[in-house]
Amino acid sequence: MRGAPKINEILRTVSDPEIPVLSIMDMGVVREVEANGKKVLVKITPTYSGCPAMDMIATEIRFALDQAGYETKVELVLSPAWTTDWITENGRQKLEEYGIAAPLEESADKLALMGESRLVKCTNCGSTNTEMLSQFGSTACKALFRCKDCLEPFDYFKCLK
Amino acid sequence: MKDKIYEYILMLGDNSMILGHRLSELCGHGPTLETDIALTNISLDLFGQVRNYFQYAAELKGEEKTEDDIAFLRYSQEYKNALLAEQPNTDFAHIIVRQFFFDAYHLPLLEQLTKSNDKHIAAIAAKSIKEVKYHLQFSSSWMKRLGDGTAESHEKMQAAVNKLWAFTNELFLESEIEAEMKSFGIGADLEEVRAAFGTTVYRVAEEATLQIPDAKWFQKGGKKGIHSEHFGYILADLQYMQRAYPNMQW
Repeated sequence: MRGAPKINEILRTVSDPEIPVLSIMDMGVVREVEANGKKVLVKITPTYSGCPAMDMIATEIRFALDQAGYETKVELVLSPAWTTDWITENGRQKLEEYGIAAPLEESADKLALMGESRLVKCTNCGSTNTEMLSQFGSTACKALFRCKDCLEPFDYFKCLK
Repeated sequence: MKDKIYEYILMLGDNSMILGHRLSELCGHGPTLETDIALTNISLDLFGQVRNYFQYAAELKGEEKTEDDIAFLRYSQEYKNALLAEQPNTDFAHIIVRQFFFDAYHLPLLEQLTKSNDKHIAAIAAKSIKEVKYHLQFSSSWMKRLGDGTAESHEKMQAAVNKLWAFTNELFLESEIEAEMKSFGIGADLEEVRAAFGTTVYRVAEEATLQIPDAKWFQKGGKKGIHSEHFGYILADLQYMQRAYPNMQW
């Protein structure tokens, strides 16, 4: 695995096109990197089955690594299935700063999405006086919320386990 | 054996593809922005699952087949989706009831498939099941909201339940391939899926104040490739591009 750290550094510059502040490493999409000299195999897993960003992410990984002189192959793996637990702490922080509320843990998430409890914090003013507008949001991984105090709508990254 | 697994995967994938297509027809036509986005998100999830199934099927088939060949270049008798999936978007009540019946079947089906002896199928099921839980949550909540809503919404929902219930039984009629796949521990046991489906349906229907009909006669045929009159229109829409311009790419 000589040279692996450098590959990781390059991968950290590749971001999810739908959430540009988040690198694919913070997202937990990269599952394995195998390096053999100049040959690199990167295994990635989709967040959602139909995530339209996956093809683009694969292309960007190849582009970034090929530019650094590697011969890159990207492989899609389905198992084990991606979970929001794989988003790093750094990633969660970046999500919040970007205006997307980070996923709650599973039981709280369920309550929030059933509209039974006010648990999701507004990314604009920090109030928990929020309500769900739609279980599905601008992308497959998000739900749409609104803050009842500052009245701003915002995305919530749904817990996926 | 490979050929049989291939056939079985088509059965799994076709349901998701045809229902996914039906939902995609609603893009930009949902009754509100939120439901429009929700229904097309569900459609996207289903298409994602279909791609996973068909990529695997193409690999099994060899002969340089691709997922697109399987999706776009079969004739109507070669599609094995249940009739429920192809029923039209008559109104929002029909859309929700169709989705609810399908989700209530889909979730326990996937639960079983996560234990499949075929690693690929198990992985696809484990991935899909997380998404389908949300689908069932969405369709159940609309069943209750509209079933137990106004007099008019109740009436429309009951009419949709009465109409679509006749298409549910087919989901659990075991075909030869399904029986064989079950015996190899690859496929699901549809009687167990039926039991779980029943529990969900009657529980939600009760909360939604809707009556499940006491029917003795049910529609069937789709799983054998005998489709309803709606299917030709779906294929015309779905296949036009690939038929008119073979091998075209975006």
